[in-house]
Amino acid sequence: MPNNASIPKTLPKRRQLLQLGAAAAALGSTPFLFNIARAQSANIKIGFPTPLTGAFSAEAQDQVRAAEIAVKEFNDAGGFMGRNVELLVRDDKLNAGEAATRTLELIEKDKVDFIVGSLSAATQLSINAVTRERKILFNSISQSDAINEVKDWSPYTFHEALNPHMTSGAVARYAFPKYGKKIVYLTADYAYGQEMVRGFERAGKALGATTLADIRHPIGAADYSAFLPRIQSLNPDVLVMCNFGRDLVNSVKQATDFGIKEKTRIIAPVLLYTSREAGGAEAFEGVVGGTSYYWGMEDTVPAAKVFNDKFRKANGGAVPSDYGALGYAGIRSVLQAMVDAKSTDSLKVSEAMSRLKYNWYKGEQFYRKCDHQSVQSVIIVESKSKGMKDKNDVFNIVAVEKPDEANLRSCTELGLKA
Amino acid sequence: MNLQSIFNAIARHRVAAVLLLLLVFPLLMPYEALAANILIFGLFAVGFNLVFGYTGLLSFGHASFLGVGSYLTGIAMVHFGLHWLPALGVGVLAALAAGLVVGYLAIRTRGIYFSMVTLALGQIIYYVFYKSERWTGGENGLRGIQATPLDVGPLHLDFLNPTTKYYVIWLFVALALWLVSRLLASPFGAVIEAIRENEKRAAACGYDVAKSKLLIFVISAGICGLAGGLRALHLSVVPVDSLHYLQSGQAVMMCLLGGMGTFFGPFVGAAVFLYLEDLVTNLTKYWMAVVGLLFMGLVLFFPRGIWGTLVHLLKRHAASAGEHAP
Amino acid sequence: MSELTPSLLLLQLVTGLALGAIYALLAIGLSLIFGMLTVVNFAHGAFFMVGAFLGVYFLGLTGSFWLSLVVAPLAAGAIGLVCERFLVRRLYGRGIDYPLLLTFGLSYVLIDAIRASFGIEGLPTSTPAALRGAVNLGIGFFPTYRLFLILATALLVLALWLFLEKTRYGLIIRAGSRDAEIVRVLGVDISRVWWLIFGLGTAIAGLSGVLAAPTRAVNPEMGIPVLAESFVVTVVGGMGSLPGAVVAGLLVGVVFSMTSLLAPEFAEMSIYVLMALVLLIRPQGFFGKAGALG
Repeated sequence: MPNNASIPKTLPKRRQLLQLGAAAAALGSTPFLFNIARAQSANIKIGFPTPLTGAFSAEAQDQVRAAEIAVKEFNDAGGFMGRNVELLVRDDKLNAGEAATRTLELIEKDKVDFIVGSLSAATQLSINAVTRERKILFNSISQSDAINEVKDWSPYTFHEALNPHMTSGAVARYAFPKYGKKIVYLTADYAYGQEMVRGFERAGKALGATTLADIRHPIGAADYSAFLPRIQSLNPDVLVMCNFGRDLVNSVKQATDFGIKEKTRIIAPVLLYTSREAGGAEAFEGVVGGTSYYWGMEDTVPAAKVFNDKFRKANGGAVPSDYGALGYAGIRSVLQAMVDAKSTDSLKVSEAMSRLKYNWYKGEQFYRKCDHQSVQSVIIVESKSKGMKDKNDVFNIVAVEKPDEANLRSCTELGLKA
Repeated sequence: MNLQSIFNAIARHRVAAVLLLLLVFPLLMPYEALAANILIFGLFAVGFNLVFGYTGLLSFGHASFLGVGSYLTGIAMVHFGLHWLPALGVGVLAALAAGLVVGYLAIRTRGIYFSMVTLALGQIIYYVFYKSERWTGGENGLRGIQATPLDVGPLHLDFLNPTTKYYVIWLFVALALWLVSRLLASPFGAVIEAIRENEKRAAACGYDVAKSKLLIFVISAGICGLAGGLRALHLSVVPVDSLHYLQSGQAVMMCLLGGMGTFFGPFVGAAVFLYLEDLVTNLTKYWMAVVGLLFMGLVLFFPRGIWGTLVHLLKRHAASAGEHAP
Repeated sequence: MSELTPSLLLLQLVTGLALGAIYALLAIGLSLIFGMLTVVNFAHGAFFMVGAFLGVYFLGLTGSFWLSLVVAPLAAGAIGLVCERFLVRRLYGRGIDYPLLLTFGLSYVLIDAIRASFGIEGLPTSTPAALRGAVNLGIGFFPTYRLFLILATALLVLALWLFLEKTRYGLIIRAGSRDAEIVRVLGVDISRVWWLIFGLGTAIAGLSGVLAAPTRAVNPEMGIPVLAESFVVTVVGGMGSLPGAVVAGLLVGVVFSMTSLLAPEFAEMSIYVLMALVLLIRPQGFFGKAGALG
């Protein structure tokens, strides 16, 4: 090291000041905003946690688009007592821990009045755990059986979507009498799959169906070849795919490859529009499944046409998907209940919502008193590959099961007071 | 008072300095839940760093201790009705036990095999918890963790108040950090750093390398378990992916980002990582690419991490300034 | 549980072999890179995924499965070459953890890059027309495509073996993995060899992706579990050993397949239990060198 003239041990005062100044400027200009009390906004805020990134982002984005329609039409009609509704969308990354954190953020930082959302069983239960402790109304818009049960339920918990029990029951009641009584289940080994099997077997028992086997596969399994030889050897009338989304796409494709369709009819409890797109016409040919909504209903249900047209207008001719429609209904129900209750207090709105009778997009609906489950129709669709009018025309509606409380599990079974 | 002496003062009372900062932390964060997450993951990273930065062992299964701590705390409360304070104790004890088992099996291997064993054992623990649905809720996670308010003298500690929750978590983190600091300053702390530098030499000096490794592994597991228990109280749920190897990867990331082998580093890393995540995910959906680029950039150019590089620069500045003293 | 006939068991075994074929290919790529460069490629699953996407993409472009089978792995290998040259190379000599962590970050970038290019949904795939249908093996019907997988893998392994054992370049590679210094002294540009080996390893990963694509959903996350599974196979076979990769790959495939039939709740866990057992009893794996990287 070169020998310089003596360098002072302490920094000169001017440099110190400059350094401090720089630090202060940096701090002030960073996004580290100070958590001062925020001015109370006049808007009514609805938190909307949904997985914008991850496996179901397509459905999630559809949910957001449809929810925005509901909010916009409400505001355009005058809002609530002169106040507008604001939708606060948050990405929960399809992750239960993230969903909980986002919900905490929405409640603590954004001070939302209500929460609508979710796209998986795990995330909705997570959101619900946070909202019910803090007495905020939560309307869940995706499938789960557990949210109706006493362990998770609260007076602030509402379930707009179908649950596995209703869906599987409806599909069973259509498919078993039509295709045969010897059933094999290929089940994703987690709560959803198990709930589906339970629903199918219950309905099946009443119809005299027998379960040849219930074959479990790990959720997210890529390769089903390990299970298919056994299914082949059992030779069932019906193969029920109790799985969802990508799992369904994978298993249906591979089952088709193994030639299972030659002797067996494949059915699925939930047939998503996006799964059908991802799997393709050929793999899904002839597969029958249930859904909460299919745009093709507009031919027979007037409310569906109205809703579809609104969605088309706002989205360049695109049609809404099943989960998308739930985004619309989930918001609208809450807003209507708020109007009925003349208040934004979650308790009052919950009470009003539990008395709501409505028809937003698919026919008559109402919430059952003991568990706030929306009693609604289940649509049975069959996938087609020929005779498609356009790229959206992927299903034929083969049956509609009308809304009926009897198709739900009883309040006592759920552990709730009737 | 110059920068160097301020720095020296902080280094000497490092625990106090960190705790002071964390005391005012909620005021700097956009919302308390994020601040609480930073506390929790900061503690998780500190615990992990004991094994990674200080002992030089790259474990890819540390998420299992976070998860075991979370789950056992939650199970104690949900299924056995324990109050949250003893439930936390249960969580920590369970994590210590898990650390003992995994550590005992893993310590026998070295280098890359150590990382692989911890990955494999971590995944086994993940599947075991995943399958035990009656206890853990399986895929849906464990729900219903409601912390009953605790009255300590005049204080009414209700977890529903985000500020109260933050400071209760702060208390536990403070305790744990103080313990870690004492540990690292002790002779044992010197032993594990010696092991990291040159294992054979440490053995030649007469230290029981295997036992030391196991001890630090268990302690590390306990700290991660405490972080897990606190997380269960914070979120009211335990998500099942707390146990997955990607969660372990996140711990590595935080230590790397902040600086392994330094006391502050993991905390800085956790804070920056979580804050960045909150910020960036509002701007773009390609958060994963940002993390990946950050990771690569750190490994290539700043392996000492943010805090580590700072410390290194300051030390160099002090050394060059001192060299020319008359 | 229905009757476990011998033909069902045999069919399950063959299924396991088809599964194992993909595992073997993946492990070969991983072992090649590790044996030669002592680099643990944490982006291996991501390259598998990239290969699958590129395969489907080129199939869509050219309409020929065979063409995509050649082009996609080359493209994946090219990406690998770029990564080695500009990223991994800087970390040689710094210790084994650094390239591991670098490739971990790389995998994240690759996943989002694919999301940006092809969307988050993934691409629909179908079995190539020539290989559709099922073959009656006497014990039951087995998909033709999966038979093709077993065959293709066997051919590739043979080709690789011939390359390594019978060609001059293969000799350099084998010598280089045993003692890089001497090979350098003998005048061979070892860094060039390493560069090409990395490319070859990632190309093989991409190839397994192309081959696997018709059997599963092609989405950006498909490589995440595959990575962990590749590690299982490589550890069981022995890191750096190519015969080990093949044997262990088939073994793991069969173990998973049989466990799925006989004890399905433990199927996923079974391969990690196998990995843990091997690591504790014989850490170098079946064919690995004792003390290799400890």
